[in-house]
Amino acid sequence: MDLAYTEKQKALRQEVREWLAANVPAAPLASFDTAEGFEQHRAWEAKLNSGRWGMVTWPEELGGRGCDLIEWLIFEEEYWRVGAPLRVNQNGIFLLGPTLMEYGTAEQKKRFLPKMATGEEVWCQGWSEPGAGSDMAAIRARAERQGDHYVINGQKTWSTRAVWADWCFGMFRTDPASERHHGLTFILVPLNLEGITVRPIPQLDGLPGFAEIFFDNVKVPVDCRLGDEGKGWKVAMATAGFERGLMLRSPARFQQTAARLVQLYKANRASADRDPTVRDAVLRAWMDAEAYCLTTYQTASRLNAGGRIGEESSTNKIFWSELDQRMHETALSILGARAELLPHAPDAGGVGNWLDGFLFAQSGSIYAGTNEIQRNIIAQRMLGMPRA
Amino acid sequence: MDFRFSDDQKLFQQTVREFLVAEVTPERIRASWQTDTGRSDALWAQLAELGLTGITVPEAHGGLGMNELDFVLLAEEIGYVALPEPLIDTVLVGVPCLRDCGNEQLAAEWLPKIAAGEAKLAIGLDCNPLVADAHVAGLLLLAHGDELHAVPRADVALTANECLDPSRRLFRVDWTPSAATRLAGGAAGRALLDAALNRAALGAAAQCLGLAQRMIEISVAYTRDRQQFGQAIGTFQAVQHLMANVAVKLEYARAPVHRAAYDVAHGKARAGVSVSHAKIAASEAALLGARNSIQVHGAMGYTWEVDLHIFAKRAWTLDNAWGDRAFHKQRVADFVLADNAAIGAGATF
Repeated sequence: MDLAYTEKQKALRQEVREWLAANVPAAPLASFDTAEGFEQHRAWEAKLNSGRWGMVTWPEELGGRGCDLIEWLIFEEEYWRVGAPLRVNQNGIFLLGPTLMEYGTAEQKKRFLPKMATGEEVWCQGWSEPGAGSDMAAIRARAERQGDHYVINGQKTWSTRAVWADWCFGMFRTDPASERHHGLTFILVPLNLEGITVRPIPQLDGLPGFAEIFFDNVKVPVDCRLGDEGKGWKVAMATAGFERGLMLRSPARFQQTAARLVQLYKANRASADRDPTVRDAVLRAWMDAEAYCLTTYQTASRLNAGGRIGEESSTNKIFWSELDQRMHETALSILGARAELLPHAPDAGGVGNWLDGFLFAQSGSIYAGTNEIQRNIIAQRMLGMPRA
Repeated sequence: MDFRFSDDQKLFQQTVREFLVAEVTPERIRASWQTDTGRSDALWAQLAELGLTGITVPEAHGGLGMNELDFVLLAEEIGYVALPEPLIDTVLVGVPCLRDCGNEQLAAEWLPKIAAGEAKLAIGLDCNPLVADAHVAGLLLLAHGDELHAVPRADVALTANECLDPSRRLFRVDWTPSAATRLAGGAAGRALLDAALNRAALGAAAQCLGLAQRMIEISVAYTRDRQQFGQAIGTFQAVQHLMANVAVKLEYARAPVHRAAYDVAHGKARAGVSVSHAKIAASEAALLGARNSIQVHGAMGYTWEVDLHIFAKRAWTLDNAWGDRAFHKQRVADFVLADNAAIGAGATF
């Protein structure tokens, strides 16, 4: 065990730090759940990629830097430390990207990954359906093979950023006689095809952050299939592993929230300490964010040495999502009666963007598989408890 | 940066686990409750034979010369079986005091005996009102203000105090500090005492990981066997989630404990904060393990007959030993709330 950074790792941190200092926009971008903000964020992705920082873990020939997971964590730490823009293409770069590396053909990798890295093609997910949420194996959207095409019919929902995204990846039932997780196929679908209708769904903050996608005889070329026909469940589980596991939410994000919470507490200590539980909640936020970081470094060390991510990715998702909720609840309780004010309200004072984070944190225990489903997975697959 | 234990460290852990699971069974622990000392010379001799009593003793004194990081996985295994013997107090907490105190004569007298399994140490720090296993220790290491004293058992008077855990033997120690017993004082004494407390709290935290793991396993096995409504109770989501919650707590307590062991072994400035974080996190995992394990056992969990309480009681007693929660939270607070605290992304290592 050696918990010191190597010279190479320190040099990478310095390089990231310098590049970000020179390039991160001085003023925050508009929300990427608005048309204007979406394009600002897309432009930022292009900028990032111009510095070869779009996806540092990817191989160099695909526009990455061939970084290992520890180096990725270092990049993330620097990125969050300076409050750089949220990654508008996170479904692509963090979820589909690693899945493509594992299951994509050489041609698919060449076709999709570079444009993903530049933000030229922004991706959304097409997994949930009205009748298939937690029970993803209940997927009904059909993809019927006709020659060198699939013809897709059905409906997907809760597709984050589908309103402005260019492509969608998802699972469709290719074998009409199949049941549950058999007979599903993982397909990549351009959203500009004839027969596709995207209907925005306003989120808690009123912005169209997610959407329904309707497919009406949509013709998709067979080479947009990822993995074998009928084997989509296996491919999707790899994506889900990345999502719940390492890639979606690096610890740096929560460590920054915890540090901001500490600052908020210190700045409002006299009023905050009127509730003696607040101090404990603040200390706990730091400890838990620290624990998430330490555990992630331990996992990254194991994966760097050839290990594989396992069922522990389900504990991961529970841990960060519930931590995020607790931290934002604590922040609102420190802000007190002003906490309800939007940042631009005339009398908001220094209320900051905690409310935004609080609302977003409400979704953390739902997306990427509800925490109840994660607990089922932990109980059954990690602990070996019996299935009903 | 490589946050993994070495193959040697993992192999040693595996060897020790196999030995402890075979030898330190719940039956043997229950039998020890019936004896006067509650301790077994035969078992201690076996531990010495495995090299466990000499792990931290320098090679010059007949030990293996290893450090806290080498020991932490073994401390988890000690927790996993709830070993009653004072191995952690002797080897993890006491031996480094003798090694580092600068009294070569005392070190030369006691360390070879400890490595050979012929002597044990007991530790009395201000945070604990009583001293565990003083009755079987050859030498007691006792705090007196900022001073550390080494006192032979023959020179102290012991009064037994019964407690919750029948495996735990606690004593009030009446003794008189003297120039002859004084090992160190002032800043040097305080440093030795602080380091001893960090090692002791680390040992407690590591045990808590093993305890939580054991209680999960006992409970999962029970929920597979126990039938209600015509099926194993482990199929019920409400029961599954009780155990999943323990697994989550445990998963995020491990790395803090391992990090604390690393910081202690390498004498890092922030070792105290790392230890306190580890102690709080691991203790909470073990406490939730005890609570939810009793719950899934139903009324059986409230009996003397089921072995679960052997582990639950160890978890409950460790929670406030070697620094209670207020102490450890204050150390975290002093670090986190300080001006220019090193917190936030990129500040962990």
